[in-house]
Amino acid sequence: MASAIEQPEIAAAAAAADPMLPALYSIQRVRQETDDTFTLELVPEDSHSSFGFRPGQFNMVYIFGVGEVPISISSDPGSLPMLKHTTREVGTVTRAMRQLKRGDVVGIRGPYGSCWPVAKAVERDVVIVAGGIGLAPLRPALYRLMAEREKFRKIVLLYGTRTPEDILYRQELEHWRGKFDLEIQVTVDRAASNWRGNVGVVTTLIPRAPFDPSNTFALVCGPEVMMRFTVMELEKRGVATERIYLSAERNMKCGIGFCGHCQLGAVFVCKDGPVFALNQIAAILGKSEI
Amino acid sequence: MIHTLEPIVEQHPFFLGMEERHIALIAGCAKNVRFESDQVIFHEGERADHFYLIRQGLVAVQCVIPNKGLTTVHTVGPDEVLGWSWLFAPHRFHFDGRAQQPTLALEFDGKCLRGKCDEDHDLGYEIYKRFTQIVTERLEATRMQLLDVYGKRD
Repeated sequence: MASAIEQPEIAAAAAAADPMLPALYSIQRVRQETDDTFTLELVPEDSHSSFGFRPGQFNMVYIFGVGEVPISISSDPGSLPMLKHTTREVGTVTRAMRQLKRGDVVGIRGPYGSCWPVAKAVERDVVIVAGGIGLAPLRPALYRLMAEREKFRKIVLLYGTRTPEDILYRQELEHWRGKFDLEIQVTVDRAASNWRGNVGVVTTLIPRAPFDPSNTFALVCGPEVMMRFTVMELEKRGVATERIYLSAERNMKCGIGFCGHCQLGAVFVCKDGPVFALNQIAAILGKSEI
Repeated sequence: MIHTLEPIVEQHPFFLGMEERHIALIAGCAKNVRFESDQVIFHEGERADHFYLIRQGLVAVQCVIPNKGLTTVHTVGPDEVLGWSWLFAPHRFHFDGRAQQPTLALEFDGKCLRGKCDEDHDLGYEIYKRFTQIVTERLEATRMQLLDVYGKRD
């Protein structure tokens, strides 16, 4: 029997039905992660839901009467039917989302988009570089890597946030750190003197992180500026361009490549991404015109 | 039997690839030091006659900000360099340096090394090249910190 990593892509139930029709999910819990970031824990209203997803994919989350936003799935692909979405309060929809309570119902369309190439990283070191809320789309990849830990060599998570108070999934990070088979390094941009960890941008962790650059797969997600500098550092360390993957962010509306809102050069982030091999988008990364 | 610090200096990533005779000159200005957690290594405004190569531990570069107190702006960990003020006039530290953890380091006498750099310009060139690289990296990192890419609040 094929392992979870080797299984072919999971066909999303929603993709077979009308892709614009949301499925109903009820809220089990709203977890406050930081002062402006929270996680919705959702279960399907239809107990026979066959929803499946791959790490890195996103859903369109619909707050009825308010609007719809794309949010990466941040839960364990092995913990279905529970779905988790971590987001920050930044606009009308996410502010309304924050007010939701247990039992409230939202619409879910998805999963959409490409995924982290976890299977390609077998027998290699894996370095995951996350910035801010960029840890959320990477968390499912971490779950997958840890579920079949023996298939990978070193796994290193380098995580940068603004302050110690902005660290996401703090308990989980502590738990993983205690397992000794995952190297976790956290750094913050600024901190009071009682913070005992690293201070500095996440790229400063790359030169001394314990991985073999000649045999490393890198997964990167965070603000675009951070990803550009991260790519430079990874390449400087010797990680091959073709083994660096990024998750891009654009204003997605339809989620299925119809509306064009998320166009990034010649690609649509919703349909061709959000996860791209660096060489797919390297030429347009950081171009202010695009 | 006298053990010199040459093997340790030679193997430190900061001095990798340096000529043997230069390593000998540099090691002549070095000594092993250990700092306890919370120990202040240097204070802002003090004469900067030393720099450090961190071997183990973590050092916070800090300053006092009115209404915020002591704030860490940067940390320096294993294989990294702490302090470049020894190299540039007026040779004063611009920040505090405080060990965050028990820390082992090589301490270099900056006055001693400056003198050797003045006498041997090949050595001086190597030292300046390596420190300029560090200064450039810190400048780039600081620019990124200033961009505040993760935040939306103040």
